[in-house]
Amino acid sequence: MKEFGYERAADVSGALALLDGDPDARFLGGGTNLVDLMKTGVERPGRLVDVRELPLDRIEATEDGGLRIGATVTNSDLAAHPDVRRSYPALSQAVLAGASGQLRNVATVGGNLLQRTRCGYFADVAAPCNKRVPGSGCPAIEGEHHNHAILGASDHCVATHPSDLGVALTAFGAVVSYETPDGPGRLPFTEFYLPVGDTPHRETALPPGALITGVTLPAAPVAANSRYRKVRERASYAFAIGSVAAALDVRDGVVHEVRLAFGAVASRPWRAHTAEQALTGGPADAGAFAAAADAELAAARPLPHNAYKVTLTRNLVVAVLSELAEEATR
Amino acid sequence: MTTTTTGTRVTKAVGTAHARVEGRDKVTGAARYAGEVPFAGLAYGWMVLSTITRGRVRSVETGAVLEMPGVLTVLHHGNAPRVDIDYVGMLGVPDPTVAVFQHDRVPHAGWPVALVVAETSEQAREAAEALVVHYEEEPHDVTFAGEHPDAYTMPGPGGPAVTGKGDLEAELAASAVVVDAEYSTPEEHHNSMEPHAATALWDGGRLEVVDSNQGTVWVANELANLFSLDPASVRVRSEHVGGGFGSKGVRAHQVAAVMAATVLSRPVRVVMTRRQLFSLAGHRSPTTQRVRLGADAEGRLRALEHSCLSRTSTVYEFIESGAGVARVMYDAPAHHTANRVVRLDVPSPTYMRAPGEAPGSFALESALDELAEKCGIDPIELRVRNEPERGPVSGLPFSTRSLPACFREGARRFGWADRDPRPGLRREGRWLLGTGTAAASFGAGAMPSTAAATAEADGTFTVRISAADIGTGARTALTLVAADALQVPTDRVRVRIGDSDFGPAMIAGGSMGTRSWAWAVTAAAEELRERLALSDGIPPEGITVRSDTTEALGALAQTERHSFGAQFAEVAVDVATGEVRVRRMLGIFAAGRIVNPLTARGQFTGGMIWGISMALHEEAVRDRNTGALYGADLAGYHVATNADVPLVEADWVDDPDPDDPVGIKGIGEIGIVGAAAAIANAVWHATGVRHRSLPIRPDRVLTAGPHA
Repeated sequence: MKEFGYERAADVSGALALLDGDPDARFLGGGTNLVDLMKTGVERPGRLVDVRELPLDRIEATEDGGLRIGATVTNSDLAAHPDVRRSYPALSQAVLAGASGQLRNVATVGGNLLQRTRCGYFADVAAPCNKRVPGSGCPAIEGEHHNHAILGASDHCVATHPSDLGVALTAFGAVVSYETPDGPGRLPFTEFYLPVGDTPHRETALPPGALITGVTLPAAPVAANSRYRKVRERASYAFAIGSVAAALDVRDGVVHEVRLAFGAVASRPWRAHTAEQALTGGPADAGAFAAAADAELAAARPLPHNAYKVTLTRNLVVAVLSELAEEATR
Repeated sequence: MTTTTTGTRVTKAVGTAHARVEGRDKVTGAARYAGEVPFAGLAYGWMVLSTITRGRVRSVETGAVLEMPGVLTVLHHGNAPRVDIDYVGMLGVPDPTVAVFQHDRVPHAGWPVALVVAETSEQAREAAEALVVHYEEEPHDVTFAGEHPDAYTMPGPGGPAVTGKGDLEAELAASAVVVDAEYSTPEEHHNSMEPHAATALWDGGRLEVVDSNQGTVWVANELANLFSLDPASVRVRSEHVGGGFGSKGVRAHQVAAVMAATVLSRPVRVVMTRRQLFSLAGHRSPTTQRVRLGADAEGRLRALEHSCLSRTSTVYEFIESGAGVARVMYDAPAHHTANRVVRLDVPSPTYMRAPGEAPGSFALESALDELAEKCGIDPIELRVRNEPERGPVSGLPFSTRSLPACFREGARRFGWADRDPRPGLRREGRWLLGTGTAAASFGAGAMPSTAAATAEADGTFTVRISAADIGTGARTALTLVAADALQVPTDRVRVRIGDSDFGPAMIAGGSMGTRSWAWAVTAAAEELRERLALSDGIPPEGITVRSDTTEALGALAQTERHSFGAQFAEVAVDVATGEVRVRRMLGIFAAGRIVNPLTARGQFTGGMIWGISMALHEEAVRDRNTGALYGADLAGYHVATNADVPLVEADWVDDPDPDDPVGIKGIGEIGIVGAAAAIANAVWHATGVRHRSLPIRPDRVLTAGPHA
């Protein structure tokens, strides 16, 4: 494999200084995705700046009752944190539905957001891929795509975002904080990932050389009654073919507030605003849940072999919201 | 030399659970695998595989790569040593895929086009990835979907292409109940935990290869043929093997390593990456199968037709003989089987655990379940009613056939008697529950082998045989067999294996390894014991006796000799999400005398777990446009995880082979046979939907709907 430099940063300013705006350098978190991609030649950085030792490993309550999660918090620590489990249970469930215990022990929150698609064409340097080699083509559209996108894709790329964590963060309106040599910045989760369009290789709105420092969850009492359900092709250690993060507040049989996000359907975790609007103020029953899912999924443009994802996602919405509604009225 | 064939004896070590003799070395890391054995002056080769699926190599730009750090040479079709593939080896003519770098043709994606050798593995890999190869690309055809106009019949490893008796159409027309269904299984890969790895070096005029394989003599003879060497001048060693499953014979990596060691005059190691294994280690061909069954109202078969189409490469003929299983399992007045193959622009397939039987039993045992449903007869009762007296095709008697005993014991332990046969009735929360069963069989054979047993002066014994322990526990099993034959405790016996210098012996394959080796070990040990009884003491060099079972095996009566088994599975299906979970499995086998219950149970349950994987997970997806595999790694190619594997139990009924000195039949393959059918039948019982294509993925369950 390609020889690369390795440096370890002690703090945020040191990390930015070591990266020095070098487009051939990458920040290294847990390395659970980047190192794999380096072994297969998909990523070929000249330098790695290890940010795992940065003092960004805390989870703290914010003044307004939300949570601030440091970028180097490991997935395991995030999932086990009492405040997360109490106030945002779907977030904890989403993390635990991903990877394996060993991977979760080293994978970091910041790295999770920047992990790459698991599209098999992207991972195979012998195959064309617009995300890996812009302009080379997308073989998935006419080839294997049973686990590709049904929402928000383009003729240039139909890959999905693999994160489970990101689906819950999307549902809870998380905000990503980052640092650059020119100062800090913030991006709401719904703006963090760019539309696919004709530039699938450009994945986030982060400025070049920016370092993610953390994720802030706004206070969301509704999130205390939340759930993440993931369907995959084996019982463990596989990426989703469909997932739903949902939070529900039902008062007198009426949906007072609802949060809904889908995984494995798009190039980014998919916030289901249309479905949320359809549900709010209406009845909390299976018929309404199905109608809301259908409203969101009306925008779906499935390929020949992934239309089942429309059914799957709809069924998951109904199942998860029904469970939450039942628990809320218990 | 005498060889005992007078039936089985009461023994002490055989039949008693014994931990692996090398277990401590393996769990502490002291056991070295082929890619880990140190050599002074070792260089590392890295294979470069074609990125096109069909065409020619126009040029290989070696110049820039030869300037890279540590690079020693680049071998390709323009400069590699020549090899000879015009020979017939133990398993027939060689797969030309092993004759690397001999011509410019590219017959499939992932064909070896060059070997880069460097001082370190990392340097070799970096240079290999930088090597620019120019191709002339040609159109390819990799599409395997049902029929193909170029398909033709071909004999399999264990039988003819076609068998037939009786008037099929007339019997079908006269049948009260008919099942006519098509089944399919996907391309599947062995994925041994240890990748293929070989180190080659010349030492005093001898070629030495340290390798990971299923038979050192086999690989040594293939290399001698390929490189036109005296077989005695080739030594292959393979001490520990991290799984083979049919994939570890002679492969491109050994040949490339020998070439590089010859050119550079120093040891060269070549290890395949996981991704390279997907094109160079062989695989199980996909199959499409049609089964037609006709029965009277009581379920007795009048007609049975089983045809199987599989796929091979354009350079080598290998057939996945799925229809062969019907020639053993069930008889009918009209009985027809056919195996056909089509050549496409894909890598060569090969033997993979229970070749033929694994996919064939999925189709046939699913069809039996469909027949039971249509007849309104319990699936076990249906099979018992159709137990044949003699081999349906051969007409020969069975050596033993204890299938009904397996079903009786399995039904008792699984709780089958309480089963309501109607599908789609049992619900537990979001899960629909169902149970299923299927029969299993695999041939029991033995091949000539030689062994040496030495009485050492210190009172211990050393047995030498070029057996292979590919994770089965063969080294331990042979220790038990030798101890019993010598009538000494196991701790006085040392068994040495995995060295071609120990002389010809069967490979670890075809469920025949342990039986073949145990026969030779028993023969040598028993004669040694007789010799010792007459001797006045042991000289310093010990007393050694050699055996050869060729004559004894040649005298065996022709008979239908098989292991049998009954598989049971309970599944849960969520039809809203398509998720299928196996809740428990039970396999009861009649598979000869069980030498070591501890490792045998692991081998049976390992096969059954692979059956879960086959039923629900495993599928290599070939892109018809690129011709290459999609997701050729263990993230994309799913095998069952621990979370997919529930309580899996295996046990056996007494079934010693009457003609084997130890009573062994062989247990290597049968654990997977019928397992996928039992699970698919359970999915039907849970949901009322038949799944005739594997794997039963969530999207397929969802698409099939709740009541297809």
